[in-house]
Amino acid sequence: MAETIQFELVSPARLVKSEPVEMVVVPGSEGNFGVLPRHAPLLSTVRPGVIDIYTAGVISERIFVAGGFCEVNGETCTLLAEEAMPLPEVTSELVAERRRAAEDRLQEAETPAEKAAAEAALTVVNAMAAALN
Amino acid sequence: MASLKDLRNRINSVKSTRKITSAMKMVAASKLRRAQEAAEASRPYAERMQRMLGNLAASTQGAAGSPPLLAGTGKDDVHLLVVLTANRGLCGGFNGNPVREARRQIQALKAQGKEVKLLCVGRKGRDLLRRDYKNLIVDSFEGLGRRGITYAEANQVAERLLTMFEAGEFDVCTIIFNKFQSAMTQVVTPRQIIPFPVPQDAEGTPQGAGGALYDYEPSEEGILKDLLPRNVAMQLFAALLESDASEQGARMTAMDSATRNAGDMIDGLTLTYNRTRQAAITKELIEIISGAEAL
Repeated sequence: MAETIQFELVSPARLVKSEPVEMVVVPGSEGNFGVLPRHAPLLSTVRPGVIDIYTAGVISERIFVAGGFCEVNGETCTLLAEEAMPLPEVTSELVAERRRAAEDRLQEAETPAEKAAAEAALTVVNAMAAALN
Repeated sequence: MASLKDLRNRINSVKSTRKITSAMKMVAASKLRRAQEAAEASRPYAERMQRMLGNLAASTQGAAGSPPLLAGTGKDDVHLLVVLTANRGLCGGFNGNPVREARRQIQALKAQGKEVKLLCVGRKGRDLLRRDYKNLIVDSFEGLGRRGITYAEANQVAERLLTMFEAGEFDVCTIIFNKFQSAMTQVVTPRQIIPFPVPQDAEGTPQGAGGALYDYEPSEEGILKDLLPRNVAMQLFAALLESDASEQGARMTAMDSATRNAGDMIDGLTLTYNRTRQAAITKELIEIISGAEAL
């Protein structure tokens, strides 16, 4: 078996994944980056998007994350996601529903903080819709 | 000697008390399961975030211009204690213990000539602390987590903390809460959240990830600016969840022993009741017999 790196994906609700992987591609805020074993230490913010986990050279799992932080050091890659769900669970109904909720929030937002939060939610929805296609 | 009627009333009243305590116990038990799951599920995230920040903090230690949330304000004159308690009582030592710890810390800090401020989360803690330290309480939150703790609620408290910190109202912030260990035991834990405590090894030198220097995307300040306030909210959230699970556990245990005590009391009272009744019957019989003999 090829060399692996410990990949950990945690959301506030639970530890989603903790297993050795061959490569993982993370949607960093400055562009996607692939993490292989012995990657240089890196800390990056993560934009809403899809993580690809590679096994034997092909994508074995795809997980949608709604932004967060990613830390890479030699042996582990830890991703703190605000929200994470396997891509198959992202359906067009879910996207439509969340888009409605986010747009309502934007309409009702009064303070700048509320508005920013609603806009952030909308960005997540847009990323979800993009991931769907 | 209490009359038969008095005893009967007494037994009935203890019986209805027992009904209430056993109902409360069952409610707490079912809430406990959910609260415990939530608390345990939040641990990995909070721990990883601590570790990530720990590495980050260690590698940026001593660098000029690191944000005050990480490096502190450069002094520690004003301490803010955030005390997490329940909104309701009837849960054994759950509310008393963190309050006692808070009192101890207040005394210790005052002895060192520091200024102390208090922020109470939960009605009971506020009520208890208000008696002695009314002028120290800067704010209090009540009615959090009526339907389970949400991140939004934790964030609300965190934002209040951050605004106060930015306004320079305190230098060091510690939360005091009940850490959930099992349904029977809660451990009162003080945890410093502002400034971020850099993990140190035995010699007191900061521990880093083997001195590895990180690459930052987009930038060091950008990440820290994002990560630090979020960590405050997350640590609060985790503490609130722990506290909630502890509360249910404490209440369940307290109500369980209350139910058992009520049962013991009922047994005792029933015994007295039966004895008294028997004594009355015997007395009546003796009266009848001795009356008949006298004839």
